[in-house]
Amino acid sequence: MVDTLVAILQLIFSVSFILTVVTATTPLLLAASGELVVERSGVLNLGVEGMMIVGAACGFAGAWLSGSALVGAICGILAGMALSAIFGVLTLGLAVNQVATGLALTILGVGLSGLIGAGFVGEKIVPASHLYLPVLTTIPGVGRILFGEDPFVYVAVALIVGIWLFLYRTRAGLVLRAVGDNHASAHALGYPVLGIRMLAVLFGGACAGLAGAYLPLAYTPFFIPGMTSGRGWIALALVVFASWRPGRLVAGAYLFGAVSILGLALQPLQLGIPQQVMNMLPYLATVVVLVLISRTRGTAGSTAPASLGMVFVPDR
Amino acid sequence: MKRQIIFALAAATALGLAAATYHASAAPEKLKVGFVYVGPVGDLGYTYQHELGRQALQKALSDKVETTYLENVPEGADAERSIEQLARTGHKLIFTTSFGFMDATLKVANKYPNVFFEHATGFKRAKNLATYAARFYEGRYIQGQIAGKTTKSNVIGYIVSFPIPEVISGINATMLGAQSVNPNVKFKIIWVNSWFDPGKEADAAKALIDQGADVLTQHTDSPAAMQIAEQRGIHAFGQSSDMIKFGPHAQLTANTDYWGNYYIDRAKLVLDGKWKSDDTWDGLDKGMVVMAPYTNMPDDLKQMAMKTEAAIKSGTLHPFKCPITDQDGKTVDCKGGNRLDNGQILSMNWYVKGIDDKVPGK
Repeated sequence: MVDTLVAILQLIFSVSFILTVVTATTPLLLAASGELVVERSGVLNLGVEGMMIVGAACGFAGAWLSGSALVGAICGILAGMALSAIFGVLTLGLAVNQVATGLALTILGVGLSGLIGAGFVGEKIVPASHLYLPVLTTIPGVGRILFGEDPFVYVAVALIVGIWLFLYRTRAGLVLRAVGDNHASAHALGYPVLGIRMLAVLFGGACAGLAGAYLPLAYTPFFIPGMTSGRGWIALALVVFASWRPGRLVAGAYLFGAVSILGLALQPLQLGIPQQVMNMLPYLATVVVLVLISRTRGTAGSTAPASLGMVFVPDR
Repeated sequence: MKRQIIFALAAATALGLAAATYHASAAPEKLKVGFVYVGPVGDLGYTYQHELGRQALQKALSDKVETTYLENVPEGADAERSIEQLARTGHKLIFTTSFGFMDATLKVANKYPNVFFEHATGFKRAKNLATYAARFYEGRYIQGQIAGKTTKSNVIGYIVSFPIPEVISGINATMLGAQSVNPNVKFKIIWVNSWFDPGKEADAAKALIDQGADVLTQHTDSPAAMQIAEQRGIHAFGQSSDMIKFGPHAQLTANTDYWGNYYIDRAKLVLDGKWKSDDTWDGLDKGMVVMAPYTNMPDDLKQMAMKTEAAIKSGTLHPFKCPITDQDGKTVDCKGGNRLDNGQILSMNWYVKGIDDKVPGK
């Protein structure tokens, strides 16, 4: 009993485990961060999976054609933005129902990525290189975790910190939150509601595209249709889990990532838990934590932006 | 007057169209053959091999046969809809290529008695439903022997999908092969609960290597694990397709399936009116299982592997030859004389001695 516990602790605190958790969490964090901004502006974009997977296909294509992972990342961002622009025009310009359009966007994205990526299956690229700082990276243990990651990891961290600063420490962020909470009042005050929402939607698309591009550029350096395997949906759920707050988003993403890897890595230790339960763990853990943090809140009602998902048509 | 002209024009158009379609249907119709895939054709694994088989069929009988395929069909209720769609649109021979399509295929077969169905890797049959599979375990026995000789840590990492008999018999065959050359081998097994999730397979591979595995094998469909093996400088086996491109220094061999000859034979039977429900289970001998070239190993190991392959092909060596002891130490009752019979292999839900895992769901 004790040596199993020791084995588990040794596993959790091993450099390799933490590195794997960081890489597994990064795509979720990138996509969820963008979606957080979108939903804070009052738009519910369910098309994250579609934007991610198009980002994956275009990201790989860009990297393969140019030989540079950076170009690939930019292609992924642009692809995500392009798809989200379609969503924006439909829901903001033509006032179409956001839920239906988002779902349609996912289906379109999955199909498009298969079409774009079909010619690139089986090709190899040079994956994104990892950071190397002469003294810092060689520190045993934390060296590789803090100073030896690929650029996407650092971008993800910088992104969520930047989003937090933007939402809570800038006037523009305040306006965005106002638009999400009460678009009629924001409009009455003279703010361009649809314009702000469109910018948010494009930003969300860019983040989702980058998240998708991460998979074939750094995580598993090849392209295969369907390689996002539902991560977009998990990112969506994480935004709700986080009560639309950036700090909780980071915690939720790393919780989910860590428990996912744990569910795999603990299996060979023969703990007597059925493997189906181990595979369920990340979802169970997220629900349990969500219940616990909701009970301590004390306020009645949801913390969602009050105008989330509601169609806005300016009356003048 | 205007109305009459419109009516006359409409009648003339209708007659014209009817004449045209009558003419078209007088030409001989090609046999429509449908394929239902569980994954993307670009998976460079299991589904890709079925797609190669379909292409071979299309090429060989291009004047008599027209093939269509549906990819990424999820196993379960959705499958029934997809299979039925093929049956309803004039396909007379339908291949459903994954175990999880079994019940859906049976249901649709019962609804469409004039359409011929073939289900891969399953065990339920009907008058118009045949089954076919490849003896993957033959290739796995050879892989087990190679792994047993290659490993220095005596830990083999095994990444698997779902606990169905085909996967369990694969694990057992690999272990028996490994034990035949190295009695100290141990397996570390991770179930990812998916046939295809490159990210998860990569994570599982990393976890196994961290826990001491220096040879990886898999029963999932993407080259992610092979790539991690290449990155970490260890060896691995490809699954279903030759994955040497992703592991030029890592791949020892791959267990590839070749379905082309089978598909051509079955389509010919339908064209000649001689199709009947059968159970085909061929392996190395008939070329349904083909080992990728043996690479990244010393010559004497290569010779050993080729000798084993020849022995299995000729029938002198059977991977499940008796006596076999199961995990609890009991000797398994051999129904095939001196080896397990087909039924026992197809319904295998127990592990051989030496495997430290519990069959999930037991």
